[in-house]
Amino acid sequence: MGIEGIGARVARKEDRRLITGAGRYVDDMVVPGMKHAAFVRSPHAHAEIKKIDVRKAKAMPGVIDVLLGKELKTDGIGNLICGWMIHSKDGTPMKMGAWSPLAVDRVRYVGDAVAIVVADTKGQARDAAEAVEITYKELKSVSEAVDALKKGAPQIHPEADGNLIYDWEIGDAKATDAAIAKAAHVTKMHIVNNRLVPNAMEPRAALGHYDKAEDHYTCWTTSQNPHVARLVMSAFYNVAPENKLRVIAPDVGGGFGSKIYIYPEEIVCLWASKKTGVPVKWVADRTESFLTDAHGRDHVTEVQMAFDKDNKITGLKVDTIANFGAYMSLFSSAVPTYLYATLLSGQYVIPAIHANVRAVYTNTAPVDAYRGAGRPEATYLLERTMETAARELGVSPAELRRKNFITTFPYQTPVIMCYDAGDYAASLDAAMKAADYAGFAKRKAAAAKKGKLRGIGMSNYIEACGIAPSAAVGSLGAGVGLWESAEVRVNGVGTIEVLTGSHSHGQGHETTFAQLVADRFGVPIDSVSIVHGDTDKVQMGMGTYGSRSGAVGMSAIVKALDKVEKKAKKIAAHLMEADEGDIVIENGVAKVAGTDKNVPWFQVALAAYTAHNLPAGMEPGLKEGAFYDPSNFTFPAGCYICEVEVDPETGVTEIVQFVAADDFGNIINPMIVEGQVHGGIAQGVGQALLEGASYDGASGQLVTASYMDYAMPRADDLPSFQVSTSNTPCPSNPLGIKGCGEAGAIGSPPAVMNAITDAIGNNDLTMPATPQKVWAAIRAAKKH
Amino acid sequence: MSDVSLVVNGRKVSGSVEDRTLLVHFLRENLGLTGTHVGCDTSQCGACVVHVDGKAVKSCTMLAVQASGSEVVTIEGLANGAELHPVQAAFKEHHGLQCGFCTPGMIMAATDMIRRHPEGLDEATVRAELEGNICRCTGYHNIVKAVLAASKTMAKSKGKAKAKAA
Ligand code: FES
Ligand code: FES
Repeated sequence: MGIEGIGARVARKEDRRLITGAGRYVDDMVVPGMKHAAFVRSPHAHAEIKKIDVRKAKAMPGVIDVLLGKELKTDGIGNLICGWMIHSKDGTPMKMGAWSPLAVDRVRYVGDAVAIVVADTKGQARDAAEAVEITYKELKSVSEAVDALKKGAPQIHPEADGNLIYDWEIGDAKATDAAIAKAAHVTKMHIVNNRLVPNAMEPRAALGHYDKAEDHYTCWTTSQNPHVARLVMSAFYNVAPENKLRVIAPDVGGGFGSKIYIYPEEIVCLWASKKTGVPVKWVADRTESFLTDAHGRDHVTEVQMAFDKDNKITGLKVDTIANFGAYMSLFSSAVPTYLYATLLSGQYVIPAIHANVRAVYTNTAPVDAYRGAGRPEATYLLERTMETAARELGVSPAELRRKNFITTFPYQTPVIMCYDAGDYAASLDAAMKAADYAGFAKRKAAAAKKGKLRGIGMSNYIEACGIAPSAAVGSLGAGVGLWESAEVRVNGVGTIEVLTGSHSHGQGHETTFAQLVADRFGVPIDSVSIVHGDTDKVQMGMGTYGSRSGAVGMSAIVKALDKVEKKAKKIAAHLMEADEGDIVIENGVAKVAGTDKNVPWFQVALAAYTAHNLPAGMEPGLKEGAFYDPSNFTFPAGCYICEVEVDPETGVTEIVQFVAADDFGNIINPMIVEGQVHGGIAQGVGQALLEGASYDGASGQLVTASYMDYAMPRADDLPSFQVSTSNTPCPSNPLGIKGCGEAGAIGSPPAVMNAITDAIGNNDLTMPATPQKVWAAIRAAKKH
Repeated sequence: MSDVSLVVNGRKVSGSVEDRTLLVHFLRENLGLTGTHVGCDTSQCGACVVHVDGKAVKSCTMLAVQASGSEVVTIEGLANGAELHPVQAAFKEHHGLQCGFCTPGMIMAATDMIRRHPEGLDEATVRAELEGNICRCTGYHNIVKAVLAASKTMAKSKGKAKAKAA
């Protein structure tokens, strides 16, 4: 592997600028003549806009203009769309309501943007935003999906009767019902997957700049996928033609899914820049982020799992209602369908599966993919149900799982996915060993002596990553292809630039991608630069989400490296008058195998550009591009074990140990992989113990719209984690990578909840398991 | 409008600001020191921590005028030229950052924490003391490791300096 190659624990190249305050995030950008924007937002969950009076606001100091949705429509700016078509089981297409970047006659959630104010300073823009007078006629609102489906619920979009967006199914209903009817035992659960706010620490921001001289637009934005932003803003929102729009996503302070989507603000800032003739910058404050970033999860599910007399699973029936919020966000429709129900086989042989999913409009912020997206919801319901079944059947949770594990590959599940490789027992064994599972009873007894309730819980997750084969997702309704592109550019002196469509916002691509190159040519990673995040610099890209940058993004780089290597070998062979097949490139030199004949790497590069002495007919230059379209999803899997101590007097849960044993396939940089797992676990533990977005039922106000009200996991809420990997290489991509970005958030919530319910002896507990809820559950258990 | 003058990262600076201007905005907008970040509006996240007269302060909770006459150190002023401060070096070595947005505040808070605990730090203390700094990326695991490591390094070099002086 070499000290900087594949598998090496290399410290990150990007760190230096970030630890010295030299990072450049969107809010750090300054453009000459730049002005500041504030959005006027709906204070109501649901209302008609009767009148907007901007006269007072326009007269305020520093105000350049106040712009409304009407003008935006007149200028032909399009509505926001959801880019993944889902058909209901009756064959009808999903019912998408209109989402105008600035609301025109109706607002549908608290925070819905109505107007933009542009002023000299941020403070002036905000002051003026408060002076915009809007007359609303309040309407009844609904924030829970289950309520939105009830008769008499307020109708949110005329297009979606009864607020139902789609009623979709997958699997074999008949076979599943038959399995349940015949079962020796059926475990039934009502599962709520709590609504979360992603909370990347950098709030969303956009800086739109229209250059009149060139008739050209530039948008700096907090995006995980600038090329997708450019495509969507051109093709659907009609902001500017693609060739006249440059999107730059510089340093981005975390995304976790919430920065995949194209939001109203970047569209409106670009449009407003043209309208006002000045560059327009908007930066969300935290409250705006809470109100308007796409939220995650929010499922309510009924599940039945059938077992035969040998405790083998025979069927799984799932009925889910998914809250989509007030508008369909860019990939919202795919989350509770193809990213969720297709993973319902988990790690288990389940002969019959049926899932029904209803997607529903409510008067809340739009909901879309958040770290894991669909897979955490699938894992949570499966792993809570498995643990519950083990308790009901009186068998060990580990053994019940082991008995039902898939052990031969490839394995075709009844819900589309075909798993290519894995060893679930290996992860289970590794986790149990690391957690000293066998010694738990002793620890429990010791805790009891201190008056504490100790519990242990596990979770065996699988996810589908490396999204995804373009033709496959196309046939399932995706509006885009999910390939990735790369270009490897060797300079005349041998330094190398890799241009990638993946975007790094914490994942460390500047290091890991450079490790690929170092591994291939034996050059130092310092001579390799990774270029990303700018549509003018990088040819094309689909961006970073769904743990795809390794499996898909790096595979594209490998393909481009193959081409560069091939050409470099030809040149080297020519220079040394050797056979191309005898050339090896390592440690920064090209040499003839088995001899001491060699040319340094930089000379090969130089020869390519001087072009004085190239093989006959060869084009000058050493630069190659490639697109990689995956042939399958990848299937990371693993086992997480959580051990807790609950104080029965206060209901406070302490996580005393957390073990993760993952199978991520091959690993480029273990340090970075571990970091991804730590962060994912923290978010999963956050979901289980602390976090929950809560709307007031009557008013539709987001009650948890600040860090005072929404409990973020802090350092003293968490333990140090024990993480390890046991890897089966992924057979479908050249590096054998599966992806590691989401696993922690997917696998951890059920492990925590299984541990707490084990400790307190009451299974009736929902996330977040706050001290109050846990305390009440302990009391309730005592009464029985 | 009010006039403020203070020393930032060893340099005397002054300016005229709206009374409501927060120290963080003065640093970012007037001085262009954008390493100090804003992550919230309720003084909860700690992305904005700087040192004011040697103590860690959330620069979003302080008006620029309140800081007038003070000595402020921001993340840009922590390293000694090209040589990283031991806390910075430890964050890099132990992978204590991912997206880097919380990092300046974390590093400034950690530096202050280490100064206040010359007796040394343990994991529980570090976790408790980081309560005012939110990181969404790292799960804190490696941040805690980095702070503990930096505290050890700094104690050692202090010990050496003392030994030399004696
Ligand atoms: S910005 Fe100062 S604490 Fe969040
Ligand atoms: S490194 Fe991203 S928030 Fe801490």
